[in-house]
Amino acid sequence: MPVPARPLPRAQRPQGRNVPVVEFDDVTKVYDGGSVGLERVSMRIGRGDFVFLVGPTGCGKSTCMRLLMKELEPSQGRISIAGRDLGEIPRKRVPYLRRNIGVVFQDYKLLPNRTVYANVAYALEVIGEPRQSIRRKVPDILRLVGLSTKLHNYPDELSGGEQQRVSIARAFVNHPPLLLCDEPTGNLDPETSIGIMQLIYRINRTGTTVLVATHDREMVDKMRRRVIELAEGRIIRDQISGLYRPDESTKEFAIRLRGELGIGDEGHPN
Amino acid sequence: MRPGFFLKEAFRALKRNAAPSLAAMLTVLLTALVLGVFIPVVQATTGTANKVRSRVVVNVYLADNINQQQLTALRQRLTTTPNVKSVDYVSKQQALNDLQSQRPDTKGAIQLLGRNPLPATYRVVPKDPGQVQGIVNSLVRVDPTSGKRTFTMAGVADVRNRESDTKKILSATSLVKTLTASMAALLILASIALIANTIRLSIFARRREVEVMKLVGATNWFIRWPFVIEGVVVGFMGGVLAVLLLWVIKDTLIDPLSAKFALIAAPNTIQFPALIAVLLASCVAVSAAGSGLTLRRFLRV
Repeated sequence: MPVPARPLPRAQRPQGRNVPVVEFDDVTKVYDGGSVGLERVSMRIGRGDFVFLVGPTGCGKSTCMRLLMKELEPSQGRISIAGRDLGEIPRKRVPYLRRNIGVVFQDYKLLPNRTVYANVAYALEVIGEPRQSIRRKVPDILRLVGLSTKLHNYPDELSGGEQQRVSIARAFVNHPPLLLCDEPTGNLDPETSIGIMQLIYRINRTGTTVLVATHDREMVDKMRRRVIELAEGRIIRDQISGLYRPDESTKEFAIRLRGELGIGDEGHPN
Repeated sequence: MRPGFFLKEAFRALKRNAAPSLAAMLTVLLTALVLGVFIPVVQATTGTANKVRSRVVVNVYLADNINQQQLTALRQRLTTTPNVKSVDYVSKQQALNDLQSQRPDTKGAIQLLGRNPLPATYRVVPKDPGQVQGIVNSLVRVDPTSGKRTFTMAGVADVRNRESDTKKILSATSLVKTLTASMAALLILASIALIANTIRLSIFARRREVEVMKLVGATNWFIRWPFVIEGVVVGFMGGVLAVLLLWVIKDTLIDPLSAKFALIAAPNTIQFPALIAVLLASCVAVSAAGSGLTLRRFLRV
Protein backbone atom coordinates (compact mmCIF):
# COMPACT_ATOMS: atom_id res chain seq x y z
CA MET A 1 0.00 0.00 0.00
CA PRO A 2 1.57 3.31 -1.00
CA VAL A 3 2.13 5.87 1.69
CA PRO A 4 -0.09 8.89 1.03
CA ALA A 5 1.77 12.16 0.68
CA ARG A 6 -0.72 14.02 2.84
CA PRO A 7 -1.35 12.33 6.18
CA LEU A 8 -4.93 11.29 6.64
CA PRO A 9 -6.67 13.01 9.55
CA ARG A 10 -6.96 9.74 11.44
CA ALA A 11 -3.33 8.84 10.91
CA GLN A 12 -2.22 11.72 13.09
CA ARG A 13 -1.14 10.17 16.30
CA PRO A 14 -3.77 11.15 18.84
CA GLN A 15 -2.58 11.91 22.33
CA GLY A 16 -4.01 10.95 25.68
CA ARG A 17 -5.02 7.83 27.49
CA ASN A 18 -8.19 7.18 25.57
CA VAL A 19 -6.37 6.12 22.41
CA PRO A 20 -7.01 2.41 21.96
CA VAL A 21 -3.83 0.33 21.80
CA VAL A 22 -5.40 -1.97 19.24
CA GLU A 23 -8.13 -0.92 16.88
CA PHE A 24 -9.72 -3.03 14.17
CA ASP A 25 -11.91 -1.00 11.87
CA ASP A 26 -14.14 -3.11 9.63
CA VAL A 27 -11.33 -5.54 8.85
CA THR A 28 -11.81 -8.33 6.33
CA LYS A 29 -9.14 -10.83 5.46
CA VAL A 30 -9.62 -13.18 2.53
CA TYR A 31 -6.75 -15.59 1.91
CA ASP A 32 -5.36 -16.16 -1.56
CA GLY A 33 -7.17 -19.48 -1.80
CA GLY A 34 -10.48 -17.67 -1.26
CA SER A 35 -11.10 -18.82 2.30
CA VAL A 36 -12.27 -16.08 4.62
CA GLY A 37 -10.11 -15.48 7.70
CA LEU A 38 -11.91 -12.48 9.12
CA GLU A 39 -15.09 -10.78 8.02
CA ARG A 40 -15.90 -7.15 8.90
CA VAL A 41 -14.33 -7.28 12.34
CA SER A 42 -14.27 -4.08 14.40
CA MET A 43 -12.92 -3.90 17.91
CA ARG A 44 -11.02 -1.56 20.21
CA ILE A 45 -8.75 -2.63 22.98
CA GLY A 46 -7.74 0.07 25.46
CA ARG A 47 -4.45 0.57 27.22
CA GLY A 48 -3.84 -1.93 30.01
CA ASP A 49 -6.70 -4.19 28.98
CA PHE A 50 -6.60 -7.95 29.34
CA VAL A 51 -8.63 -9.51 26.55
CA PHE A 52 -9.38 -13.13 25.68
CA LEU A 53 -10.01 -13.96 22.08
CA VAL A 54 -11.96 -17.21 22.05
CA GLY A 55 -13.64 -19.45 19.54
CA PRO A 56 -13.16 -22.79 17.81
CA THR A 57 -10.20 -23.59 15.59
CA GLY A 58 -10.33 -21.72 12.32
CA CYS A 59 -12.50 -18.90 13.66
CA GLY A 60 -9.90 -16.23 12.93
CA LYS A 61 -7.99 -15.89 16.22
CA SER A 62 -4.61 -16.54 14.68
CA THR A 63 -5.50 -14.36 11.70
CA CYS A 64 -6.02 -11.46 14.12
CA MET A 65 -2.64 -12.09 15.69
CA ARG A 66 -0.84 -12.32 12.39
CA LEU A 67 -2.52 -9.16 11.14
CA LEU A 68 -1.32 -7.33 14.23
CA MET A 69 2.24 -8.56 13.59
CA LYS A 70 1.88 -7.34 10.01
CA GLU A 71 2.69 -10.85 8.89
CA LEU A 72 -0.48 -10.56 6.80
CA GLU A 73 -2.17 -7.57 5.21
CA PRO A 74 -5.91 -7.07 5.63
CA SER A 75 -7.91 -7.34 2.42
CA GLN A 76 -10.11 -4.49 3.61
CA GLY A 77 -10.36 -2.15 6.55
CA ARG A 78 -7.75 -0.60 8.83
CA ILE A 79 -5.82 -1.86 11.79
CA SER A 80 -4.09 0.59 14.09
CA ILE A 81 -1.77 0.04 16.99
CA ALA A 82 -1.55 2.99 19.38
CA GLY A 83 -3.19 5.17 16.75
CA ARG A 84 -0.70 4.20 14.03
CA ASP A 85 -2.21 2.71 10.89
CA LEU A 86 -0.40 -0.55 10.08
CA GLY A 87 -1.12 -0.08 6.39
CA GLU A 88 1.11 3.00 6.40
CA ILE A 89 4.13 1.22 7.84
CA PRO A 90 6.50 0.38 4.98
CA ARG A 91 7.96 -3.12 4.79
CA LYS A 92 11.34 -1.97 5.95
CA ARG A 93 9.90 -0.59 9.18
CA VAL A 94 8.05 -3.79 10.11
CA PRO A 95 10.89 -5.07 12.36
CA TYR A 96 10.63 -1.86 14.38
CA LEU A 97 6.89 -2.42 14.79
CA ARG A 98 7.53 -5.94 16.03
CA ARG A 99 9.97 -4.72 18.66
CA ASN A 100 7.02 -3.00 20.31
CA ILE A 101 4.91 -6.15 20.35
CA GLY A 102 5.75 -9.14 22.50
CA VAL A 103 4.58 -12.47 21.12
CA VAL A 104 4.06 -15.82 22.80
CA PHE A 105 3.13 -18.89 20.79
CA GLN A 106 1.72 -22.30 21.54
CA ASP A 107 4.91 -23.92 20.19
CA TYR A 108 7.19 -21.44 22.07
CA LYS A 109 9.30 -20.67 18.97
CA LEU A 110 12.59 -20.63 20.84
CA LEU A 111 15.92 -20.78 19.01
CA PRO A 112 16.88 -24.42 19.52
CA ASN A 113 20.64 -24.04 19.55
CA ARG A 114 20.84 -21.20 22.05
CA THR A 115 20.72 -21.36 25.81
CA VAL A 116 17.83 -19.87 27.75
CA TYR A 117 19.99 -16.83 28.48
CA ALA A 118 20.96 -16.40 24.80
CA ASN A 119 17.36 -16.77 23.64
CA VAL A 120 16.22 -13.90 25.82
CA ALA A 121 19.35 -11.87 25.12
CA TYR A 122 18.73 -12.16 21.37
CA ALA A 123 15.61 -10.01 21.64
CA LEU A 124 17.76 -7.28 23.19
CA GLU A 125 20.68 -7.72 20.80
CA VAL A 126 18.26 -7.19 17.93
CA ILE A 127 17.38 -3.70 19.16
CA GLY A 128 21.04 -2.82 19.70
CA GLU A 129 20.97 -2.83 23.48
CA PRO A 130 24.44 -2.36 25.01
CA ARG A 131 26.00 -5.53 26.33
CA GLN A 132 26.13 -4.32 29.89
CA SER A 133 22.42 -3.65 30.09
CA ILE A 134 21.75 -7.05 28.49
CA ARG A 135 23.80 -8.67 31.25
CA ARG A 136 21.68 -6.87 33.80
CA LYS A 137 18.22 -7.24 32.25
CA VAL A 138 18.24 -10.89 31.18
CA PRO A 139 18.85 -12.45 34.62
CA ASP A 140 16.30 -10.02 36.03
CA ILE A 141 13.52 -11.09 33.69
CA LEU A 142 14.44 -14.76 34.07
CA ARG A 143 14.15 -14.40 37.82
CA LEU A 144 10.72 -12.81 37.28
CA VAL A 145 9.52 -15.85 35.31
CA GLY A 146 11.13 -18.22 37.83
CA LEU A 147 13.92 -19.66 35.71
CA SER A 148 16.98 -18.16 37.39
CA THR A 149 18.53 -21.60 37.84
CA LYS A 150 18.21 -22.69 34.19
CA LEU A 151 20.11 -19.85 32.54
CA HIS A 152 22.53 -22.07 30.67
CA ASN A 153 20.23 -24.91 29.69
CA TYR A 154 19.13 -25.42 26.09
CA PRO A 155 15.39 -25.33 25.29
CA ASP A 156 15.18 -29.09 24.71
CA GLU A 157 16.37 -29.66 28.27
CA LEU A 158 13.35 -27.81 29.68
CA SER A 159 9.75 -28.86 30.28
CA GLY A 160 6.98 -27.36 28.17
CA GLY A 161 5.96 -24.96 30.91
CA GLU A 162 9.53 -23.81 31.38
CA GLN A 163 9.97 -23.27 27.65
CA GLN A 164 6.83 -21.17 27.63
CA ARG A 165 8.25 -19.13 30.49
CA VAL A 166 11.38 -18.50 28.47
CA SER A 167 9.30 -17.37 25.53
CA ILE A 168 7.31 -15.02 27.81
CA ALA A 169 10.56 -13.67 29.22
CA ARG A 170 11.80 -13.03 25.69
CA ALA A 171 8.55 -11.33 24.72
CA PHE A 172 8.57 -9.07 27.75
CA VAL A 173 12.26 -8.34 28.26
CA ASN A 174 12.14 -4.96 26.52
CA HIS A 175 8.77 -4.10 28.06
CA PRO A 176 6.63 -3.79 24.94
CA PRO A 177 3.32 -1.95 25.40
CA LEU A 178 1.43 -4.84 23.77
CA LEU A 179 1.70 -8.57 24.41
CA LEU A 180 0.09 -11.08 22.03
CA CYS A 181 -0.33 -14.67 23.20
CA ASP A 182 -1.50 -17.24 20.66
CA GLU A 183 -2.73 -20.29 22.58
CA PRO A 184 -0.08 -19.86 25.28
CA THR A 185 -1.38 -22.85 27.26
CA GLY A 186 -2.37 -25.02 24.31
CA ASN A 187 0.33 -27.62 24.93
CA LEU A 188 0.37 -27.51 28.72
CA ASP A 189 -1.38 -29.34 31.54
CA PRO A 190 -3.90 -27.39 33.67
CA GLU A 191 -1.55 -26.90 36.60
CA THR A 192 1.24 -25.49 34.45
CA SER A 193 -1.30 -23.43 32.51
CA ILE A 194 -2.33 -21.66 35.68
CA GLY A 195 1.27 -20.70 36.34
CA ILE A 196 1.63 -19.35 32.83
CA MET A 197 -1.60 -17.38 32.99
CA GLN A 198 -0.54 -16.00 36.34
CA LEU A 199 2.65 -14.80 34.75
CA ILE A 200 0.78 -13.17 31.86
CA TYR A 201 -1.57 -11.55 34.31
CA ARG A 202 1.36 -10.19 36.27
CA ILE A 203 2.70 -8.64 33.09
CA ASN A 204 -0.71 -7.14 32.45
CA ARG A 205 -0.64 -5.59 35.92
CA THR A 206 2.47 -3.61 34.95
CA GLY A 207 0.29 -1.75 32.44
CA THR A 208 0.95 -3.88 29.37
CA THR A 209 -2.02 -4.50 27.12
CA VAL A 210 -2.49 -8.24 26.72
CA LEU A 211 -4.41 -10.10 24.05
CA VAL A 212 -4.71 -13.86 24.59
CA ALA A 213 -6.15 -16.15 21.94
CA THR A 214 -7.21 -19.40 23.54
CA HIS A 215 -9.72 -22.19 23.65
CA ASP A 216 -8.89 -23.11 27.23
CA ARG A 217 -12.38 -22.51 28.58
CA GLU A 218 -11.55 -23.27 32.20
CA MET A 219 -8.94 -20.55 32.20
CA VAL A 220 -11.27 -17.99 30.65
CA ASP A 221 -14.03 -18.84 33.10
CA LYS A 222 -11.71 -18.50 36.08
CA MET A 223 -10.09 -15.24 35.02
CA ARG A 224 -13.31 -13.36 34.28
CA ARG A 225 -11.78 -10.78 31.97
CA ARG A 226 -13.05 -9.23 28.79
CA VAL A 227 -13.92 -11.92 26.22
CA ILE A 228 -14.26 -11.45 22.48
CA GLU A 229 -15.72 -14.49 20.79
CA LEU A 230 -15.18 -15.18 17.13
CA ALA A 231 -16.97 -17.65 14.91
CA GLU A 232 -16.23 -18.12 11.25
CA GLY A 233 -14.36 -14.87 11.11
CA ARG A 234 -17.02 -12.69 12.78
CA ILE A 235 -17.24 -11.28 16.27
CA ILE A 236 -20.30 -12.82 17.87
CA ARG A 237 -19.75 -11.64 21.44
CA ASP A 238 -17.79 -8.95 23.25
CA GLN A 239 -18.30 -9.10 26.98
CA ILE A 240 -16.58 -7.02 29.65
CA SER A 241 -16.06 -9.89 32.09
CA GLY A 242 -17.22 -13.00 30.40
CA LEU A 243 -17.05 -16.75 30.40
CA TYR A 244 -15.78 -18.91 27.61
CA ARG A 245 -19.47 -19.45 26.87
CA PRO A 246 -22.29 -17.66 28.63
CA ASP A 247 -23.85 -19.74 31.39
CA GLU A 248 -25.97 -22.60 30.22
CA SER A 249 -27.79 -25.31 32.08
CA THR A 250 -26.83 -28.92 31.55
CA LYS A 251 -29.91 -29.37 29.44
CA GLU A 252 -29.02 -26.48 27.17
CA PHE A 253 -25.50 -27.88 26.99
CA ALA A 254 -26.80 -31.26 25.88
CA ILE A 255 -29.04 -29.69 23.24
CA ARG A 256 -26.16 -27.62 21.89
CA LEU A 257 -23.84 -30.59 21.86
CA ARG A 258 -26.38 -32.73 20.03
CA GLY A 259 -26.92 -29.97 17.56
CA GLU A 260 -23.21 -29.60 16.97
CA LEU A 261 -22.70 -33.33 16.60
CA GLY A 262 -25.74 -33.64 14.34
CA ILE A 263 -27.59 -36.12 16.58
CA GLY A 264 -31.36 -35.90 16.96
CA ASP A 265 -33.12 -35.04 20.26
CA GLU A 266 -33.74 -38.63 21.27
CA GLY A 267 -30.53 -39.76 19.72
CA HIS A 268 -28.84 -40.90 22.88
CA PRO A 269 -30.49 -42.92 25.70
CA ASN A 270 -28.30 -41.55 28.51
CA MET B 1 29.92 -3.93 19.04
CA ARG B 2 27.93 -4.97 15.98
CA PRO B 3 30.71 -6.52 13.82
CA GLY B 4 32.00 -8.43 16.83
CA PHE B 5 28.50 -9.67 17.57
CA PHE B 6 28.00 -10.83 13.96
CA LEU B 7 31.34 -12.63 13.96
CA LYS B 8 30.49 -14.34 17.23
CA GLU B 9 27.08 -15.35 15.89
CA ALA B 10 28.62 -16.75 12.70
CA PHE B 11 31.16 -18.89 14.52
CA ARG B 12 28.57 -20.05 17.03
CA ALA B 13 26.34 -21.14 14.14
CA LEU B 14 29.26 -22.94 12.48
CA LYS B 15 29.96 -24.82 15.67
CA ARG B 16 26.34 -25.74 16.33
CA ASN B 17 25.62 -26.76 12.71
CA ALA B 18 28.88 -28.58 12.09
CA ALA B 19 27.47 -31.22 9.72
CA PRO B 20 25.91 -28.96 7.05
CA SER B 21 28.83 -26.55 7.30
CA LEU B 22 31.25 -29.41 6.76
CA ALA B 23 29.24 -30.57 3.75
CA ALA B 24 29.35 -27.08 2.26
CA MET B 25 33.07 -26.86 2.93
CA LEU B 26 33.74 -30.22 1.27
CA THR B 27 31.77 -29.13 -1.78
CA VAL B 28 33.83 -25.98 -2.03
CA LEU B 29 37.00 -28.01 -1.54
CA LEU B 30 36.20 -30.53 -4.25
CA THR B 31 35.03 -28.06 -6.86
CA ALA B 32 38.00 -25.79 -6.20
CA LEU B 33 40.28 -28.79 -6.56
CA VAL B 34 38.75 -29.81 -9.88
CA LEU B 35 38.88 -26.23 -11.13
CA GLY B 36 42.44 -25.83 -9.91
CA VAL B 37 43.48 -28.84 -11.97
CA PHE B 38 41.38 -27.93 -14.96
CA ILE B 39 42.33 -24.26 -15.37
CA PRO B 40 46.04 -25.00 -16.06
CA VAL B 41 45.05 -27.89 -18.34
CA VAL B 42 42.85 -25.60 -20.40
CA GLN B 43 45.58 -23.01 -20.54
CA ALA B 44 48.24 -25.50 -21.52
CA THR B 45 46.00 -26.83 -24.28
CA THR B 46 45.16 -23.43 -25.70
CA GLY B 47 48.78 -22.38 -25.31
CA THR B 48 49.91 -25.36 -27.36
CA ALA B 49 47.18 -24.74 -29.90
CA ASN B 50 48.33 -21.15 -30.24
CA LYS B 51 51.90 -22.32 -30.67
CA VAL B 52 50.85 -24.60 -33.50
CA ARG B 53 48.89 -21.76 -35.03
CA SER B 54 51.97 -19.54 -35.00
CA ARG B 55 53.46 -21.83 -37.65
CA VAL B 56 51.05 -20.41 -40.17
CA VAL B 57 53.14 -18.03 -42.32
CA VAL B 58 53.01 -16.40 -45.73
CA ASN B 59 56.12 -16.91 -47.84
CA VAL B 60 56.80 -14.11 -50.32
CA TYR B 61 59.37 -15.51 -52.77
CA LEU B 62 61.57 -12.88 -54.33
CA ALA B 63 62.77 -12.74 -57.90
CA ASP B 64 66.50 -13.34 -58.28
CA ASN B 65 66.93 -10.04 -60.11
CA ILE B 66 65.28 -7.89 -57.39
CA ASN B 67 67.18 -4.66 -56.67
CA GLN B 68 67.80 -3.00 -53.30
CA GLN B 69 65.14 -0.34 -53.89
CA GLN B 70 62.40 -2.89 -54.62
CA LEU B 71 63.53 -4.91 -51.62
CA THR B 72 63.07 -2.02 -49.17
CA ALA B 73 59.82 -0.91 -50.83
CA LEU B 74 58.43 -4.43 -50.48
CA ARG B 75 59.50 -4.69 -46.84
CA GLN B 76 57.94 -1.29 -46.18
CA ARG B 77 54.71 -2.42 -47.80
CA LEU B 78 54.60 -5.73 -45.91
CA THR B 79 55.20 -4.25 -42.46
CA THR B 80 52.38 -1.73 -42.97
CA THR B 81 49.91 -4.32 -44.21
CA PRO B 82 47.21 -4.95 -41.55
CA ASN B 83 47.37 -8.20 -39.54
CA VAL B 84 51.15 -8.54 -40.07
CA LYS B 85 53.07 -9.34 -36.90
CA SER B 86 56.61 -9.59 -38.24
CA VAL B 87 58.57 -9.87 -41.47
CA ASP B 88 61.77 -11.92 -41.65
CA TYR B 89 64.21 -11.91 -44.55
CA VAL B 90 65.65 -15.27 -45.55
CA SER B 91 68.46 -14.95 -48.08
CA LYS B 92 69.16 -17.44 -50.84
CA GLN B 93 72.21 -18.82 -49.01
CA GLN B 94 70.28 -19.16 -45.74
CA ALA B 95 67.47 -21.01 -47.46
CA LEU B 96 70.00 -23.40 -48.97
CA ASN B 97 71.64 -24.00 -45.59
CA ASP B 98 68.27 -24.66 -43.97
CA LEU B 99 67.35 -27.14 -46.67
CA GLN B 100 70.67 -28.96 -46.49
CA SER B 101 70.59 -29.24 -42.72
CA GLN B 102 67.02 -30.53 -42.80
CA ARG B 103 67.49 -32.92 -45.71
CA PRO B 104 71.14 -33.86 -46.20
CA ASP B 105 70.26 -36.08 -49.20
CA THR B 106 69.58 -33.00 -51.33
CA LYS B 107 73.27 -32.06 -51.26
CA GLY B 108 74.13 -34.17 -54.28
CA ALA B 109 71.25 -32.77 -56.34
CA ILE B 110 72.28 -29.19 -55.60
CA GLN B 111 75.89 -29.95 -56.55
CA LEU B 112 74.69 -31.53 -59.77
CA LEU B 113 72.70 -28.42 -60.55
CA GLY B 114 75.75 -26.22 -60.03
CA ARG B 115 73.81 -23.24 -58.64
CA ASN B 116 71.42 -22.36 -55.80
CA PRO B 117 67.83 -22.87 -57.07
CA LEU B 118 66.15 -21.50 -53.96
CA PRO B 119 64.76 -17.95 -53.98
CA ALA B 120 65.24 -15.39 -51.21
CA THR B 121 62.11 -15.08 -49.09
CA TYR B 122 60.22 -12.63 -46.92
CA ARG B 123 58.60 -14.79 -44.24
CA VAL B 124 55.48 -12.92 -43.04
CA VAL B 125 54.00 -13.97 -39.65
CA PRO B 126 50.34 -12.93 -39.25
CA LYS B 127 48.87 -11.58 -36.02
CA ASP B 128 45.71 -13.62 -36.43
CA PRO B 129 46.38 -16.84 -38.31
CA GLY B 130 42.69 -17.17 -39.10
CA GLN B 131 42.83 -14.06 -41.33
CA VAL B 132 46.01 -15.00 -43.17
CA GLN B 133 44.27 -14.97 -46.55
CA GLY B 134 43.91 -11.19 -46.29
CA ILE B 135 47.69 -10.75 -46.45
CA VAL B 136 47.90 -12.98 -49.49
CA ASN B 137 45.08 -11.06 -51.20
CA SER B 138 46.86 -7.75 -50.71
CA LEU B 139 49.84 -9.07 -52.68
CA VAL B 140 48.23 -11.25 -55.32
CA ARG B 141 45.68 -10.24 -57.86
CA VAL B 142 43.87 -13.14 -59.55
CA ASP B 143 42.33 -12.46 -62.93
CA PRO B 144 38.75 -13.80 -62.62
CA THR B 145 38.50 -15.08 -66.23
CA SER B 146 41.89 -16.67 -66.90
CA GLY B 147 42.80 -17.46 -63.28
CA LYS B 148 46.25 -15.95 -63.90
CA ARG B 149 48.07 -14.61 -60.85
CA THR B 150 49.72 -11.19 -61.01
CA PHE B 151 51.55 -9.45 -58.16
CA THR B 152 50.96 -5.94 -56.90
CA MET B 153 54.60 -5.32 -56.06
CA ALA B 154 57.63 -5.49 -58.34
CA GLY B 155 60.26 -8.13 -57.61
CA VAL B 156 57.86 -10.73 -56.26
CA ALA B 157 58.23 -14.13 -57.85
CA ASP B 158 55.49 -15.94 -55.98
CA VAL B 159 53.32 -15.82 -52.82
CA ARG B 160 52.50 -19.06 -51.01
CA ASN B 161 50.97 -19.83 -47.62
CA ARG B 162 50.80 -23.60 -47.89
CA GLU B 163 46.98 -23.45 -48.13
CA SER B 164 46.17 -27.05 -47.24
CA ASP B 165 48.50 -27.11 -44.20
CA THR B 166 47.09 -23.82 -42.99
CA LYS B 167 43.55 -25.07 -43.28
CA LYS B 168 44.28 -28.23 -41.31
CA ILE B 169 46.11 -26.37 -38.58
CA LEU B 170 43.40 -23.78 -38.25
CA SER B 171 40.45 -26.17 -38.08
CA ALA B 172 42.14 -28.57 -35.66
CA THR B 173 43.32 -25.91 -33.25
CA SER B 174 40.03 -24.00 -33.26
CA LEU B 175 38.18 -27.24 -32.46
CA VAL B 176 40.49 -27.91 -29.53
CA LYS B 177 40.14 -24.35 -28.30
CA THR B 178 36.33 -24.23 -28.43
CA LEU B 179 36.07 -27.66 -26.81
CA THR B 180 38.26 -26.78 -23.85
CA ALA B 181 36.65 -23.36 -23.46
CA SER B 182 33.13 -24.79 -23.35
CA MET B 183 34.21 -27.51 -20.93
CA ALA B 184 35.72 -24.88 -18.67
CA ALA B 185 32.55 -22.80 -18.81
CA LEU B 186 30.40 -25.84 -17.99
CA LEU B 187 32.65 -26.81 -15.11
CA ILE B 188 32.58 -23.31 -13.63
CA LEU B 189 28.78 -23.17 -13.91
CA ALA B 190 28.45 -26.60 -12.30
CA SER B 191 30.76 -25.54 -9.47
CA ILE B 192 28.77 -22.40 -8.74
CA ALA B 193 25.47 -24.31 -8.81
CA LEU B 194 26.85 -27.04 -6.55
CA ILE B 195 28.25 -24.67 -3.94
CA ALA B 196 25.15 -22.47 -3.95
CA ASN B 197 22.92 -25.52 -3.59
CA THR B 198 24.80 -27.00 -0.65
CA ILE B 199 24.72 -23.66 1.14
CA ARG B 200 21.04 -23.34 0.33
CA LEU B 201 20.41 -26.72 1.98
CA SER B 202 22.31 -25.79 5.11
CA ILE B 203 20.30 -22.59 5.41
CA PHE B 204 17.04 -24.36 4.63
CA ALA B 205 17.65 -26.52 7.67
CA ARG B 206 17.60 -23.35 9.75
CA ARG B 207 14.66 -21.53 8.20
CA ARG B 208 12.61 -21.79 11.39
CA GLU B 209 15.37 -20.02 13.23
CA VAL B 210 15.21 -17.19 10.70
CA GLU B 211 11.44 -17.04 11.16
CA VAL B 212 11.80 -16.64 14.93
CA MET B 213 14.41 -13.93 14.49
CA LYS B 214 11.99 -12.01 12.31
CA LEU B 215 9.24 -12.34 14.90
CA VAL B 216 11.47 -10.84 17.56
CA GLY B 217 11.97 -7.80 15.33
CA ALA B 218 15.37 -8.43 13.75
CA THR B 219 15.99 -6.45 10.58
CA ASN B 220 16.90 -8.38 7.44
CA TRP B 221 20.55 -7.38 7.52
CA PHE B 222 20.82 -8.20 11.20
CA ILE B 223 19.84 -11.77 10.31
CA ARG B 224 21.82 -11.85 7.10
CA TRP B 225 25.27 -10.74 8.23
CA PRO B 226 26.09 -13.81 10.33
CA PHE B 227 25.03 -16.04 7.43
CA VAL B 228 27.19 -14.14 4.97
CA ILE B 229 30.18 -14.28 7.33
CA GLU B 230 29.54 -17.98 7.72
CA GLY B 231 29.62 -18.34 3.93
CA VAL B 232 32.89 -16.46 3.76
CA VAL B 233 34.44 -18.67 6.43
CA VAL B 234 33.22 -21.87 4.78
CA GLY B 235 34.42 -20.74 1.35
CA PHE B 236 37.77 -19.62 2.69
CA MET B 237 38.44 -22.85 4.57
CA GLY B 238 37.40 -25.00 1.61
CA GLY B 239 39.54 -22.87 -0.69
CA VAL B 240 42.60 -23.02 1.56
CA LEU B 241 42.36 -26.80 1.85
CA ALA B 242 41.97 -27.13 -1.92
CA VAL B 243 45.00 -24.92 -2.51
CA LEU B 244 47.06 -26.96 -0.06
CA LEU B 245 46.11 -30.16 -1.85
CA LEU B 246 46.86 -28.59 -5.23
CA TRP B 247 50.26 -27.50 -3.97
CA VAL B 248 51.02 -31.03 -2.82
CA ILE B 249 49.94 -32.42 -6.21
CA LYS B 250 51.99 -29.83 -8.07
CA ASP B 251 55.04 -30.46 -5.97
CA THR B 252 54.97 -34.26 -6.08
CA LEU B 253 53.49 -35.00 -9.51
CA ILE B 254 53.58 -32.12 -11.95
CA ASP B 255 56.96 -30.57 -11.29
CA PRO B 256 58.99 -33.78 -11.83
CA LEU B 257 56.95 -34.61 -14.92
CA SER B 258 57.23 -31.14 -16.47
CA ALA B 259 60.93 -31.75 -16.98
CA LYS B 260 60.00 -34.54 -19.37
CA PHE B 261 56.86 -33.33 -21.08
CA ALA B 262 56.74 -30.08 -22.99
CA LEU B 263 52.96 -29.81 -22.74
CA ILE B 264 53.00 -29.64 -18.95
CA ALA B 265 55.68 -26.96 -18.99
CA ALA B 266 53.72 -24.96 -21.54
CA PRO B 267 54.76 -21.34 -21.42
CA ASN B 268 51.33 -19.74 -21.14
CA THR B 269 50.09 -21.57 -18.04
CA ILE B 270 48.84 -19.38 -15.18
CA GLN B 271 51.34 -18.81 -12.38
CA PHE B 272 50.65 -20.78 -9.22
CA PRO B 273 50.22 -17.75 -6.88
CA ALA B 274 47.78 -16.18 -9.33
CA LEU B 275 45.86 -19.47 -9.51
CA ILE B 276 45.66 -19.57 -5.71
CA ALA B 277 44.37 -16.02 -5.56
CA VAL B 278 41.71 -16.62 -8.24
CA LEU B 279 40.52 -19.84 -6.59
CA LEU B 280 40.33 -18.41 -3.07
CA ALA B 281 38.59 -15.24 -4.16
CA SER B 282 35.99 -17.09 -6.20
CA CYS B 283 35.34 -19.65 -3.42
CA VAL B 284 34.74 -16.90 -0.88
CA ALA B 285 32.64 -14.80 -3.24
CA VAL B 286 30.44 -17.67 -4.41
CA SER B 287 29.70 -19.02 -0.94
CA ALA B 288 29.08 -15.59 0.59
CA ALA B 289 26.76 -14.62 -2.25
CA GLY B 290 25.09 -18.03 -2.03
CA SER B 291 24.34 -17.52 1.66
CA GLY B 292 23.11 -13.98 1.25
CA LEU B 293 20.89 -14.66 -1.73
CA THR B 294 19.36 -17.88 -0.41
CA LEU B 295 18.28 -16.09 2.75
CA ARG B 296 16.15 -13.71 0.73
CA ARG B 297 13.48 -16.38 0.35
CA PHE B 298 13.19 -17.00 4.07
CA LEU B 299 13.31 -13.34 5.00
CA ARG B 300 9.99 -12.65 3.29
CA VAL B 301 7.81 -13.13 6.37
